[in-house]
Amino acid sequence: MQVTSSQFKQTARIKLADPRLQGALKKLQSNFVKGRADRIAELDNFEDIRDAAAAIRDRALAHLDLYLETFETNATARGAVVHWAETAADANRIVCEIAARHGVRRIAKSKSMVTEECGLNEALETAGYEVVETDLGEYILQLAHERPSHIVAPVVHKSREEVSDLFAARHGKPRKSDIAELTREARLMLRPRFLAADMGITGANFLVAETGSTLIVTNEGNGRMVTTLPRVHVAITGIEKVVPTLEDVATLMRLLPRHGTGQSVTNYISVTSGVRGEGETDGPQHFHIVLVDAGRSRLLGTDLQAMLRCIRCGACMNHCPVYQSIGGHAYGWVYPGPMGSVLTPSFAGLDAALDLPHAATLCNQCGVVCPVKIPLPDLLRKLRERQFERRLRPAAERMGLALWGWIARRPALYALAARAAAGILAWMGGSEKLVHKLPFAGAWTDGRDLPAPPGSTFRDSYAAQAQGLRVERERPG
Amino acid sequence: MNARENILGRIRAAHGKAPTASPRERAAVASHIGARVLSPRPSLDWEPAARFRERVLALSSTFEEIGAIEEAPRAVARYLHGQGLPLNAVCWSEFSGLPWREAGLVVEARAACGDDLVGITSAYCAIAETGTLMLLSGSRTPATTSLLPETHIALVAARRIVRTMEEAWALMRAEHGLPPRAVNFVSGPSRTADIEQTLTLGAHGPYRVHVVLVS
Repeated sequence: MQVTSSQFKQTARIKLADPRLQGALKKLQSNFVKGRADRIAELDNFEDIRDAAAAIRDRALAHLDLYLETFETNATARGAVVHWAETAADANRIVCEIAARHGVRRIAKSKSMVTEECGLNEALETAGYEVVETDLGEYILQLAHERPSHIVAPVVHKSREEVSDLFAARHGKPRKSDIAELTREARLMLRPRFLAADMGITGANFLVAETGSTLIVTNEGNGRMVTTLPRVHVAITGIEKVVPTLEDVATLMRLLPRHGTGQSVTNYISVTSGVRGEGETDGPQHFHIVLVDAGRSRLLGTDLQAMLRCIRCGACMNHCPVYQSIGGHAYGWVYPGPMGSVLTPSFAGLDAALDLPHAATLCNQCGVVCPVKIPLPDLLRKLRERQFERRLRPAAERMGLALWGWIARRPALYALAARAAAGILAWMGGSEKLVHKLPFAGAWTDGRDLPAPPGSTFRDSYAAQAQGLRVERERPG
Repeated sequence: MNARENILGRIRAAHGKAPTASPRERAAVASHIGARVLSPRPSLDWEPAARFRERVLALSSTFEEIGAIEEAPRAVARYLHGQGLPLNAVCWSEFSGLPWREAGLVVEARAACGDDLVGITSAYCAIAETGTLMLLSGSRTPATTSLLPETHIALVAARRIVRTMEEAWALMRAEHGLPPRAVNFVSGPSRTADIEQTLTLGAHGPYRVHVVLVS
């Protein structure tokens, strides 16, 4: 998918002024944030489970090559074919080749963010295949030619009225406005597409090394459909998704639905291994698994490695004050919110997403709620450092920081400069004690006032107080 | 070099490891998998059957208990009448011998098609912690029966209730070794909240799940 993160500020401004989006984002906050809080309260040893989940992911990453090899061996033994894709383009080529080899025409897909990364739908359509998204949200986006704005609730930015208009226009049926009726209409439109599909494409929430299985969770049941009905199943996912055992799956499944949608358990957890057996009437005859690198191995062994623990629950964006204000589209690629602000520069290039590591208040809500304890604010700070080191920040910002650094290393000069700044700002604040407009910092003061400092610096006040205390103590009692 | 070697090579290089894994490294990974380490689980201080019932209801399924499997046809007929649902169904072959006709039902033992309205299955086991049914695919247990019809009725043997997913996996390993082609965990009717985050039952799978516990 094309990266438009460089237009972050312009898009964010538009999104802030969109009242419909703002309403939708408020609802997201109350549903997903409250849902998570209620559901983790069900686990009396939540922090122990969270520690264990982070350890499971870390262990897999520490021996990623061997767990992937084990996965491959066991998947192959069950009759699956494992493919390796170094880039998104390779992944698309591999899937097109699989479709060609099996004489496929119609493809049904369940939701997969990795295929969004790759732009797989476009590649398949260009190659002449008919592709339909079957997750309700993704189906709506496909009809509207839009991109997901959330990794779990892809269509959170759209209102019921928009969906009503879209369905009426595209389905050629009487316009419905009730959500249950709209859902039923999509069900009736998609049911024949499931039954007619030659090939099903899914992602994988986890790969299980022990058994060579792929696992997906869905609430709608579309994941079960596309892994059960078509004669070819292709699962496509990132190389980091492997976990050692089925026991590890049990631990992670206590956290993923709680953090993702505020559910104790997702409706359907489907663990698929190999192909249709002797005498079976359903299940694919061909099972292909595509393991995608596309930048992931570059994070290993670096100070960003912890990002690969991510289980794509979306809790970090649900709790992020920036995401809550602007939604997902401004982030300009597949993954929004704090996890996206780490992944987009990592996968698409530091210079393609200069604003994203700064699109955070570093309040650490994301770090606090992450089920696998990814220190997201630390990772954003690392990316800011890298930008500075690679001289990617604007010249004025770099010079300003360099000047600050030079002064900060000289205590006497720093004290003098601070005293001057405190005095000037106090004067500018006047009797209101508020600075309405600050030269060179318009972006900050345009939206709010800067509280003026009291006029003396911390060090001066401290010295004066210490002096006072000494006088107090020395006074004969 | 092909993509596989490149990716695996990059991973090893990133970790500062030699290009090929030593036998000791391989043994460590194999033994970790073999140990099937159990991570901490929440307190399980409830009675499994009661917990299962409570969770099933919390998932918007319906629940009833019968004393013996022979009572199932009458219970199913009562449920279908009560809901105003059609009296035709498909079932897993293990239930083909039950007196369906006597209960006024037409039940065929075959896999479900796109237009079957009621599907009757058993469950390999049931997980009390979450109120979940564990279904294994196989020639006698087609996955479509619990998926395509608008109503799914599961006849669950009370002795097959386990406490957690960990115990379900252990049971499966003891009885089958490897997982079958598809292991489907079902927790209530199909649902979506994609439009305006409004919960709606019956997205692509069943609108209704009725659990009949056979004790």
